[in-house]
Amino acid sequence: MEILSRVHAKNLVNWSANKPEVLVLSADLTSSTEIDLFREAYPSRFISAGIAEQNMLSVAAGLAREGFVPFIHTFAVFIYRRAFDQMAMSIAYSNLPVKMFGFLPGITTPGGATHQATDDIAVVRALPNMTIFEAGDATEIESLLDPVMETNGPVYIRMLRGDVPRLFDKNEPLKKGINRVLSRGTDFTVISSGLCTEEAIKAVKALKAKGLSITHFHVSTLKPFNSKDILDSIASSKYGAITMENHTVLGGLGSIVADAMAGAGIGKKLYKLGLQDKFGHGASKGYLMREYGFDAMALVLKAEEIAGAKFGITENELKSVKIEVMHGDIKAEDL
Amino acid sequence: MTTDEIKEAKRVAAGIRKRVLTHTLKHNGGYLSQACSSADALAALYTKIMKLGPVETPFVPKPFPGVPGPDNHDYFTGGYYNGAHMPEYDRFILSPAHYALALYACLIETGRMDETGLDYFNKDGSSVEMIGSEHSPGMEVTNGSLGQAISQAAGIALARKLKKEAGRVFVFLSDGELQIGQTWEAFQFMSHWKLDNMIIYVDVNGCQCDGKMSNVMNIEPISSRLEAFGTKVVKVDGHNFEELSAPAGLNSPGSPVVVLSYTSPYQGIELLKNNSPKFHYMRFKSESEKKLYEEALASWKS
Repeated sequence: MEILSRVHAKNLVNWSANKPEVLVLSADLTSSTEIDLFREAYPSRFISAGIAEQNMLSVAAGLAREGFVPFIHTFAVFIYRRAFDQMAMSIAYSNLPVKMFGFLPGITTPGGATHQATDDIAVVRALPNMTIFEAGDATEIESLLDPVMETNGPVYIRMLRGDVPRLFDKNEPLKKGINRVLSRGTDFTVISSGLCTEEAIKAVKALKAKGLSITHFHVSTLKPFNSKDILDSIASSKYGAITMENHTVLGGLGSIVADAMAGAGIGKKLYKLGLQDKFGHGASKGYLMREYGFDAMALVLKAEEIAGAKFGITENELKSVKIEVMHGDIKAEDL
Repeated sequence: MTTDEIKEAKRVAAGIRKRVLTHTLKHNGGYLSQACSSADALAALYTKIMKLGPVETPFVPKPFPGVPGPDNHDYFTGGYYNGAHMPEYDRFILSPAHYALALYACLIETGRMDETGLDYFNKDGSSVEMIGSEHSPGMEVTNGSLGQAISQAAGIALARKLKKEAGRVFVFLSDGELQIGQTWEAFQFMSHWKLDNMIIYVDVNGCQCDGKMSNVMNIEPISSRLEAFGTKVVKVDGHNFEELSAPAGLNSPGSPVVVLSYTSPYQGIELLKNNSPKFHYMRFKSESEKKLYEEALASWKS
């Protein structure tokens, strides 16, 4: 599996070369949110707003009213927690094209609860006019700027930084409202997002080797949520659905799927992996995903519980699962 | 200001107070004190200080267009009452939406809104909202959550600088907003980005919902606090048109200008002094009290 470094930093510079209306706003986290190369390339389009996010979001609204497209960059918590009133009233209410790049989603940082955006989807999806994307790999980081820009209104992005894997084919960009189908099967449906997808891919592969038949969706557009394919799959799954998210299970992907299932009257069980109504704390990503139960092993254990079987899949087996670049929908011969 | 200009500003200011008082009597309630303190500043801004696009025929308020959204193509802001958006024209941003009634009255007095405009006030399905919103006459940003409009205005001012537009951005702020953290973040930003195309008029009436500001949460000395934030500060008598209009011609390269307009919460309607120290919203407590105000209106000296 290919690991790429600082994908957004380079991509943003290239992508915005011929877009003079795009301004980048920073709240003193320029290198940490990978906009340092943009600052060097286009200093006149870089707006330093200091550690003052409430003002920054409202300023962005003013810039947007004058025809600019502000790209806000900071840690996610300082957007939706610190400045929620501004996000709601200065930006979302007026449906302004302010694009908010929230870094450190969920427990991707050892920075502890203050820096971990573990409840952002729950909060942001409650706002009318908002669109929400979540990046799952390098391909999605590279390709989300077009759908973000094409969306008529405000967008919130759960963004990844630093070293990220390429899970999806470079030529299969993120498309708004299109869920990626990574596996097809009939026992249960796994729906994952963000960095949980890499974990889910490993677990699904190991479980399939033991004879389970699994459909796996990767969701990168959380709002508006395109539920059709997912609901069809859940309806025909023997054991129901498992969601897996780097977020509290209250209000995130699990709840989004639950809403859709209830609305469509699908009477299947839904198991939600993610933070079980808990705050995070300062520790490594791998440690926290294990502690809170949303890593590959957690999915294996859940599948065993649901299927009433013991497959004896070991930690080492999961670690050694080879991940090849995935295609958006698997070919017929792989079914 | 010339004698004629002062005469016109006086007429508008008196008209604002009279209309708001009339409205308050008719509906047994209203934001009356805000009109008393701000009428002169609004009159000076609209008749002399700001360079706004003309309005040929006063607008009759349109119905509420529905909340903004990607599919609401009929949505409008109330900015058109302040004339067309052109590079050379100024913009006006009202921050405390609770001053809506005073602003609506001002728009009528200056020929921007039809006389019937106030008939739509606080009516279901109307854009003339009680605590104005961005579709309400004379408003163009969401301003009801105090402290947010000044930052939005800073965004507009920065955008206008980037686009090299000559027009300035005027903000009408209430002194209560100086208790809000975001307001100071905004001043910090305006100074850092040298937004000298911004002029902020603060209605320093010393009152807020709970009573006297000095008791609720002191904000003085405002002047030195604002200067420390890098703004050019001018203190004026908010009921003196000459003083109110002088700072508009001030040359302060690199610094936003803040005009501290010290006002009385019962200017022009002395009776209101009896409500001291609670001025936020006027509701008549008895028929006899209401009668006193009716008499005051009847004997108004214009």
